[in-house]
Amino acid sequence: MDFGTVIDAAFSAALGPQAIVFALAAIGLNVHFGYTGLLNFGQAGFMAIAAFGLAVSVVTWDLSFWLGLVIALGASVLLALVLGVPTLRLRADYLAIVTIATSEILRLIFGAVEFKDTFGGSNGLTGFASTYRDLNPYNSGLDIGVVSFSVNDLWSITVGWTLVGLGCLLVWALMRSPWGRVLKSIREDEDAVRSLGKNVFAYKMQALVLGGIFGGIAGIFHILKQGSAVPTDFNTTFTFYAYAALLIGGAARVLGPVVGSIVFWFLIAGLGSFFGQATSGTDPLIPDFIMTNTQSSLIRFILLGLGLMLLMIFRPQGIFGDRREIAIDAR
Amino acid sequence: MHLRPATLLTAILAGLILLAPVTANAATTPTPSPTASTGTPEKNPVVKGPNITVTLKDVKGGKGEPVPVPGVKLTVHKDSKTGEELGTQTTDQAGRVSIGIPGNGTYVVELDPKTLPEGVKLSGNGETTKTVQVKIAAATFVQFQIGAVVVKEASFGSKLIDASTSGLKYGLIIALAALGLSLIFGTTGLTNFAHGELITFGGIMTYMFNRGLGLPVIAAGALAVLASALFGFAQDRGMWRPLRNRGTGLIAMMIVSIGFALLLRSVFQYTFGGSTKTLSQYVAQGRSDYGPIALSDKEVAIFAISIVTLVVTCIALMRTRLGKAMRAVSDNPALSASSGMRVDGVISSVWILGTALTGLSGVLLAINQQVNFQMGFKVLLLVFAAVTLGGLGTIWGALLGSLVIGLMVEVAPVITLWGWHPVPASIKDVGALVVMILILLVRPQGLLGRAQRIG
Repeated sequence: MDFGTVIDAAFSAALGPQAIVFALAAIGLNVHFGYTGLLNFGQAGFMAIAAFGLAVSVVTWDLSFWLGLVIALGASVLLALVLGVPTLRLRADYLAIVTIATSEILRLIFGAVEFKDTFGGSNGLTGFASTYRDLNPYNSGLDIGVVSFSVNDLWSITVGWTLVGLGCLLVWALMRSPWGRVLKSIREDEDAVRSLGKNVFAYKMQALVLGGIFGGIAGIFHILKQGSAVPTDFNTTFTFYAYAALLIGGAARVLGPVVGSIVFWFLIAGLGSFFGQATSGTDPLIPDFIMTNTQSSLIRFILLGLGLMLLMIFRPQGIFGDRREIAIDAR
Repeated sequence: MHLRPATLLTAILAGLILLAPVTANAATTPTPSPTASTGTPEKNPVVKGPNITVTLKDVKGGKGEPVPVPGVKLTVHKDSKTGEELGTQTTDQAGRVSIGIPGNGTYVVELDPKTLPEGVKLSGNGETTKTVQVKIAAATFVQFQIGAVVVKEASFGSKLIDASTSGLKYGLIIALAALGLSLIFGTTGLTNFAHGELITFGGIMTYMFNRGLGLPVIAAGALAVLASALFGFAQDRGMWRPLRNRGTGLIAMMIVSIGFALLLRSVFQYTFGGSTKTLSQYVAQGRSDYGPIALSDKEVAIFAISIVTLVVTCIALMRTRLGKAMRAVSDNPALSASSGMRVDGVISSVWILGTALTGLSGVLLAINQQVNFQMGFKVLLLVFAAVTLGGLGTIWGALLGSLVIGLMVEVAPVITLWGWHPVPASIKDVGALVVMILILLVRPQGLLGRAQRIG
């Protein structure tokens, strides 16, 4: 057992690009669920539409990268508006089901063989990230023992953590403004806010758009860091994992989603590497009849499911949250 | 004539389980000429060690038993179509070739369409090559098919009838699970994201009893329904009831159910493996005609079992004392409790009934198609859509919603508007989900839900 590798894998994942994608997506979910109490289970849909907005603009339509970025973010705003009009008037559980259905619809359409010419089918699209890569000022990767990153990853984490920092700053500023206080009151008691003469629907819509934009940025960053836009990356499980990350850190806290994503990926990568090593080799630590190497990659997801259940039962506020501030009793 | 993937796949899998690690399969139509072309080998033995075995069978559009296609030349290449040729063989009387391969890797199987017997054509896009990933170390069973659909273009009418029949069948299977979900939601308010895994549980239990203990499929299915009911009872007692007593909120419980779904799905994959498996009986069945519709025996059984179960359940809910109690608790738990009902006991019964119904839907799904660790997860969204569409928590709504969703899934791909397919066949779930969203726009409470002020 080489614990150095385990630690390296865990830290590299915790600080690496994948954790940033989760952090950005979870910041959006925090605006939706944490601050406004909207149960958006379709964050993967916001990511997918922005990701394919960029990829299709650049690859299929041959537009410039920067125009593609504008189209991508515009697409996620549009999705938020289209989703918001019917669903924000519905009860919370209807909203959850409609958003999850929409994200699946988008994923299926982007992956459909019939639209291969536009969206690239199940293999997705590649060849849109050159502008992003060319901006990379680094010449070599980084390896300081505890963590190691390739030169591309190094550029991605620079850009990514800057985005996360700016996002947190924005959320912090917005949520201490009068606008943010209205959002929080909607989460606590919608009817009371309405009776004060506020347009609850408009506030909810604005929150949905803001969180959707964060989802869009997460999607764009996701395809840029790996250089390909693949439809299956945006499945509903992603949204659930992003929720897990948000709840670990603590909903309705500015840094909750960020810390949550770091912890989430630290555990996922660390456990994956640990069990992977424990079951490999000629004389594995865990004998083959208990766990094979193929099975070892599943242990972390079993533990993740269990962890999410226990977290929600015993500490719904996560690491930082305040129990009184979580919209878990709403219906 | 339109051939459903399910029938095809079952036909393909029939002769395949006992074969070697990788089995490629092609189904072709119409009936091949009875005389085999010259040079057909008597028997191709399955090569020892790593190999790719292909069995070509003509499923004849699902009518009658599949017939092997002899005398077709197949070639296996390494990595790509232009890669190193590893062997060429002609299918024997059993429609089989078996070509040895050096080990793990990517292989391309190429079929020579010129050697196909007269009258037999590849279906689908007429693809003559198929790529196989071989991972013998992990003992993954790779299954695939070379082309699939009947060449002869069916009339719109017969396609519509076929699609409606399979849509109804699918809708009835969904209805069982949707009724379970709706009952549990109605009485406890829980939006159970682990419901898909309860469907999978039924399917996997059937497989375990059938393949593991060697019971016939019917007995295995009955035991799986019992096991599901037991699982539901244990789940309620062990988890959901303590959570209710702690006063855990509904959204918190919903997230707990998401965690539970992740846990169960991973456990299924851990124990059952990632591959798709088949039951031992009723895998490939020919269809017989019932007027304009053609059904295999197992499909008739699926129709009968689900309709009888649904009718009996609904009558029981309407007429029996327990059924009335369930509906009362669903309507107003506090009032039921104060009128002297044991609400916890009623909820326990609801869990037992709900998971038994859901388990049965998993059993039927397993018999209709195959068993996979995420078979239920893939249906979950449609079950949700059915329940939401019909009106959350209503019994008749769940049934109506399921039939609408089932029909939409199967019929939508058949519909053409000015030569354009609004819903491509490869993503047929999309139509059903879009319909759900559109109906919610007009009737937010669902088709049969009670209107209430929301938002």
